[in-house]
Amino acid sequence: MYDIPCCMRVYVLDANSIWGYNLGRMNAESIKSTPLCDKHVALGAKMVPFAGWNMPVQYTGIIDEHNTVRSTCGVFDISHMGQFLVSGEGATEWLNSMFTNNLNKLVDGMGQYSIMLNEKGGVIDDLIIYQIGKDNFFVVVNASMIDEDYAWLTAHKPEGISLVNKSADYVGLAVQGPTCEEVYAKLCPGVELPVRNGILMFECDGDAVVVCRTGYTGENGYEFFCPAAQGVKWFEKVMDCGAKPCGLGARDSLRLEMCYSLNGSDLSPEKTPLEAGLSWCCDLTKEFIGVDVLRAQKAEGRPTALVAIEYTGKGAPPRHGYEVQLPDGTPLGELCSGVLSPSLGKGIGMAYVPAALGKVGTEVNVMVRNKAVPAIIVKKPFLKK
Amino acid sequence: MSNPVEYKYSSEHEWISPIVDGIVTLGITDHAQSELGDVVYVDLPAVGDTFSKEDSIAVVESVKAASDVYTPVSGEVVEVNEALDAEPGTVNSDATGAGWICKIKLDDPSELDELMDAAAYEEFCK
Repeated sequence: MYDIPCCMRVYVLDANSIWGYNLGRMNAESIKSTPLCDKHVALGAKMVPFAGWNMPVQYTGIIDEHNTVRSTCGVFDISHMGQFLVSGEGATEWLNSMFTNNLNKLVDGMGQYSIMLNEKGGVIDDLIIYQIGKDNFFVVVNASMIDEDYAWLTAHKPEGISLVNKSADYVGLAVQGPTCEEVYAKLCPGVELPVRNGILMFECDGDAVVVCRTGYTGENGYEFFCPAAQGVKWFEKVMDCGAKPCGLGARDSLRLEMCYSLNGSDLSPEKTPLEAGLSWCCDLTKEFIGVDVLRAQKAEGRPTALVAIEYTGKGAPPRHGYEVQLPDGTPLGELCSGVLSPSLGKGIGMAYVPAALGKVGTEVNVMVRNKAVPAIIVKKPFLKK
Repeated sequence: MSNPVEYKYSSEHEWISPIVDGIVTLGITDHAQSELGDVVYVDLPAVGDTFSKEDSIAVVESVKAASDVYTPVSGEVVEVNEALDAEPGTVNSDATGAGWICKIKLDDPSELDELMDAAAYEEFCK
């Protein structure tokens, strides 16, 4: 059903379980397509399996698309991501016991980044939760985790609260880049954009749409959700209004320059959000699943820390799985993500290393095919904006 | 697709130029560069290295993938395309010309007989 995009023997992809190449448990029949799939193919996209979905990795080229989002405006198909609606009396209190961030900080029409943990304090998923009204929430979760998140939430859900998986109902378009507001003015004439982290639900061109002022690129942008059956129409409209289609390849390099975590690569059930550097969205003064482990880690120190590593010279691109060492050869850990940054022109990556050894300014080597490429631990994010 | 008729092609998507003084030039095909996408790094062999047929002789890396380049011929590397260090994207813009990877002094010219001509390679890519 799908081809590996390179018929040469690709032996390293920026690959773990997410970048589809070694998803042994997945067969061709189980891979899903978004309603925009035929349109992507018609636009000349290279399609690859990602998190169980057949998705465009690039149209014209990853670097070109990356630069488009940094300089003008790009649009990404994010229909593979999941959406849940949670409502009913007590929903706020319940979700506050499931997620790390504090929902009591939210007001209607605003969203926050948050994390759902297992009992060991490890990450199940990272998500954005928007408060539509009192005890009424719109939750956007990762594509690879829709079923697992839904099962975990269902297993912990009290009677009387409604949890609905709306993932198949929406096409999602992430419109990102400095000129995204001009695109929006043509797309939804007369409608204000929501404020940063805000959400607006309204009718536009006969469709009930949802606009969230969030993104995964570090640029000004919004995520536009429309009814799945109208997805192709809105995708074409967004392109006609000036956004260039961009694939998952650019999405990955853009997010990594900002040190935004990718679940499955940088986040895992074995690592806590404190180790991942996400303490800013963990409110340890409230009770939630996994909080005890976080409190203990805060008191005793994190065993590892997810650090940002940047090449100091030229070298082959850093990739998932490459070992990171101290200059004397002491192993520190492995890269969870890595790319040759199109904006910075050098290798960047993230790795969990022993927290005591992960100080900013520490010189390290990234081992590429038994060659040591000199690098340094830097302050996040890589791209200072 | 640009597949010069005078070249020979391997099933691993490398091309080999005609023999001149016992030496051939090796690169990856236009099809291969197109499948890889933007090439951002080429790990070249060293002059003087010797390789047997089907050894990995170089690594071509795009943003998302690293791919071995397998030499379809045995021999010694006599020259490498150092210009690719500064401009790896030449592999995309001119895969069968300025994007060449290295020159090899052949151990056994008859190894070329096992390779495809341009028409057979184009059929192979379908």
